[in-house]
Amino acid sequence: MSAIQFPAPDASILSRRAEIVAALARLVAPESLVTSEDELRAFETDALTAYRRMPLAVVLPSTTEEVAAVLRACHAMGVNVVPRGAGTSLCGGAIPQEDAVVLGLGKMNRVLDVGFADRTMRVQAGITNLSISAAVGAEGFFYAPDPSSQLACTIGGNIAMNSGGAHCLKYGVTTNNILGVRMVLVDGTIVDIGGDAMDAPGYDLLGLVVGSEGQLGVVTEATVRILPLAEGARPVLFGFDTSEQAGAAVAAIIGAGIVPVAMEFMDKPAIEICEAFAKAGYPLDVEALLIIEVEGSDAEMDAALARIVAIAREHGVRTVRESKSAMETAAIWKGRKSAFGATGRVADYICMDGTIPTGQLPLVLRRMDEIVKSYGLRVANVFHAGDGNLHPLIMYDVNDPEEARKAEDAGNDILKLCVEVGGCLTGEHGVGIEKRDLMRHQFTQADLDQQMRVRAVFDHGWRLNPAKVFPLDGRWTPASEAA
Amino acid sequence: MDAGERGGVSAALLPRDEAELVAAVAAAAAAGTPLALEGGGTKAGIGRPAQAERSLSTRELTGITLYEPSEMVIGARSGTPVALVEATLAERGQMLPFEPMDYRPLLGSEAEPTMGGVVGANLSGPRRVVAGACRDSLIGVRMVNGRGEAVTSGGRVMKNVTGLDLVKGVCGSWGTLAAFSEVTFKVLPTPETSATLVLHGLDDARAIKALSAGLGSPFEVSAAAHLPGTVERVPKTLLRLEGFADSVAYRAGRLRALLAPYGSSALLEAAQSAVLWRSIRDVTFLAEPRGEAIWRVSVAPSRAAAGVAAILDAAPARHLYDWGGGLVWLALPAAGDAGAAVVRAAFAGTGAHATLVRAPAEIRAVVDVFEPPAAPVRRLTAGIKASFDPRGIFNPGRMYAGI
Ligand SMILES: Cc1cc2nc3c(=O)[nH]c(=O)nc-3n(C[C@H](O)[C@H](O)[C@H](O)COP(=O)(O)OP(=O)(O)OC[C@H]3O[C@@H](n4cnc5c(N)ncnc54)[C@H](O)[C@@H]3O)c2cc1C
Repeated sequence: MSAIQFPAPDASILSRRAEIVAALARLVAPESLVTSEDELRAFETDALTAYRRMPLAVVLPSTTEEVAAVLRACHAMGVNVVPRGAGTSLCGGAIPQEDAVVLGLGKMNRVLDVGFADRTMRVQAGITNLSISAAVGAEGFFYAPDPSSQLACTIGGNIAMNSGGAHCLKYGVTTNNILGVRMVLVDGTIVDIGGDAMDAPGYDLLGLVVGSEGQLGVVTEATVRILPLAEGARPVLFGFDTSEQAGAAVAAIIGAGIVPVAMEFMDKPAIEICEAFAKAGYPLDVEALLIIEVEGSDAEMDAALARIVAIAREHGVRTVRESKSAMETAAIWKGRKSAFGATGRVADYICMDGTIPTGQLPLVLRRMDEIVKSYGLRVANVFHAGDGNLHPLIMYDVNDPEEARKAEDAGNDILKLCVEVGGCLTGEHGVGIEKRDLMRHQFTQADLDQQMRVRAVFDHGWRLNPAKVFPLDGRWTPASEAA
Repeated sequence: MDAGERGGVSAALLPRDEAELVAAVAAAAAAGTPLALEGGGTKAGIGRPAQAERSLSTRELTGITLYEPSEMVIGARSGTPVALVEATLAERGQMLPFEPMDYRPLLGSEAEPTMGGVVGANLSGPRRVVAGACRDSLIGVRMVNGRGEAVTSGGRVMKNVTGLDLVKGVCGSWGTLAAFSEVTFKVLPTPETSATLVLHGLDDARAIKALSAGLGSPFEVSAAAHLPGTVERVPKTLLRLEGFADSVAYRAGRLRALLAPYGSSALLEAAQSAVLWRSIRDVTFLAEPRGEAIWRVSVAPSRAAAGVAAILDAAPARHLYDWGGGLVWLALPAAGDAGAAVVRAAFAGTGAHATLVRAPAEIRAVVDVFEPPAAPVRRLTAGIKASFDPRGIFNPGRMYAGI
């Protein structure tokens, strides 16, 4: 694919590469500086693998002070910086540029402090999402947002993308579960935003930082909320003959005052792909599957499920299957959480991430099918049914440039549809480069200008992750204001 | 027609739709007229005294614009009374998750609180501990910035990471960044019933330990407060449970057993429980005498009791804790600096921050009402103010001098 443009690299920076690398070498240990072509290759893309750019150099600092020193030096030399966690971004958020230094947080992966009484925990930004929960699991706590990539992705990346997960229907997304960050600004200034109290003073700078996609600063530490684990959790599979029935059942469950921890939807192609991979016992004779999870004591779960099953029956559910063991529960979630990887085994795919008002579901599913068929492609649908966050996986052949272009076009049509029906371009994966040029479908120029003015407060000269989020043309700068 | 000219030259500007709001702000921006932005004006007494020439109220921008119970979302124009939104939700068995407090009992105001005011102050109540603050439920804002431009952020879907999250940026900005025209929230079903477990006679430190034990248990405590000896004859430590009746009964039993080391407990039924939490939400315990200054301290619960003890040593204070100890309300004599030095010294180095929510204007003019930020945060704060409101026309100086 080649539809998405990158800015032309700055030739004067490229010609000063040796000088820039030498300056960085004075700031960090030799093993923390990556400059050989072979090793740089590992950083040329993220999970949007159709696009690649080799960075100028990669620095892997070990402390906040090192991060500050590197940013200060890059600032002084006029070099762009792309922050990076684990590189699992699906929107190209961590893809570098030829004239940029990648600042990878992977070495900063420690737990700094746990306060069980306050239900908070301080961690370094490069720790993986799953390690946070693992560190407090024995004490009966966990960190709630659970992106399917949680084994690999970092809390710094989660903060940058405001990541969600299957269980955020009840527990919220990243922004609802972070209390504070230590962050380094583009000029090397270290700043603490928020803290470990529930409300922070002054403007909600933390709320601006979460979801800012590495454009406002480099997060080096985070204070997260940890929550007590429920007594038990039980997912149940509900198979329906039509997507409409499944959608109506979701609306009725919420209408009855029940908010399960998770309500995940899969269509037939997704069921087949995930079942072949995870052997989770998903019913293969249905058109739509809901995985609904409830929590609590056995009696509480029985009672909640009885209510949910009754509603599902009113909506013509064909099969109901409860998990009967921890192993079955694990298999059911493995199937869902591996949906992207399992699809990757049968075809190349691009994963979309629009959100729609859930009432529009039947219409959007129908229109999506038409769109993808009109390009002669196939789609598998998994999505977070409770909150309308869709993940159509459009399958194509990466070696066929024509098909790749069609997949991208179909994806763009789907996202425009999401905006048209009252939703948005991205529910949890972020804008990155992937949706950058669609931003004007969702926002007016005044909306974007206001966002860019706020961005400029943190990064005057567009040095941090500059090729992302905002369309490359018509960017607001203090200079454009004066003109 | 010009929203401003009804009712005399210096009367409040009362736009009735977004276009009038845009026109009113644009005119003020062009003339450089500082505006006191407000909804119902019930919280006008919070902040540094305004340095505005004219007030602009959104209280006539009313009406629910969107309500989809099955999508758990409600939108309203910013001047819509909170009471109307809550009643509309209640008809369909739903509620605002964050239980917004009503400042009227504390501030002695009788006007009608609006949804825009809830957002401007980022109000929340006891359920904050599990459901988040106003900012956590707010999913969309239409607003007018200080240049007179209509700006939208977020929307009507609950998962949305498209672009910078300005929704959070303006929530809790006390009318200093933008005038809201419409606000949209995610909502939750109202629990079928509730009950409150009451422990008696605990000192502050032990009470907060009990609250932490409850909040750290799997039994889904939805509110946790302590009323100490300064406001109740016998101190009361309170933990609320909400949900379906069978589940509440079960969890009440388990929670009682868990908290047995803190003494025997009583259980309040739903009706009594509701009345009690409403008073805690609105801090009616400290409303009288009117002459006292009121402070609100946000702190990690484990550091709350020591800070309060230091204050009680230095001044005649009354207090209570909400949010499991993470929110401390204090009443102090409104003399001198209204206790600013004592309160801030007591919590110095704890990561806490204190806001003076009630005091005579003369005191609010000279003490820091909002906790003064560290230098780099102050720079960012000033930058964000300028990015929304370059001429400084919205509530100038209300939060910080010069901002
Ligand atoms: C198989 C698979 C499943 C996925 N499932 C989900 C899912 O269920 N839910 C979901 O929300 N996402 C999901 N994702 C997307 C992705 O995992 C998330 O966006 C994740 O948060 C990225 O984290 P990362 O550490 O890999 O960040 P990266 O990809 O390295 O970077 C992502 C962005 O964050 C910035 N960044 C990284 N670290 C920092 C820092 N310390 N300071 C400032 N900026 C920083 C980067 O510049 C970039 O813009 C999935 C991805 C894959 C491949």
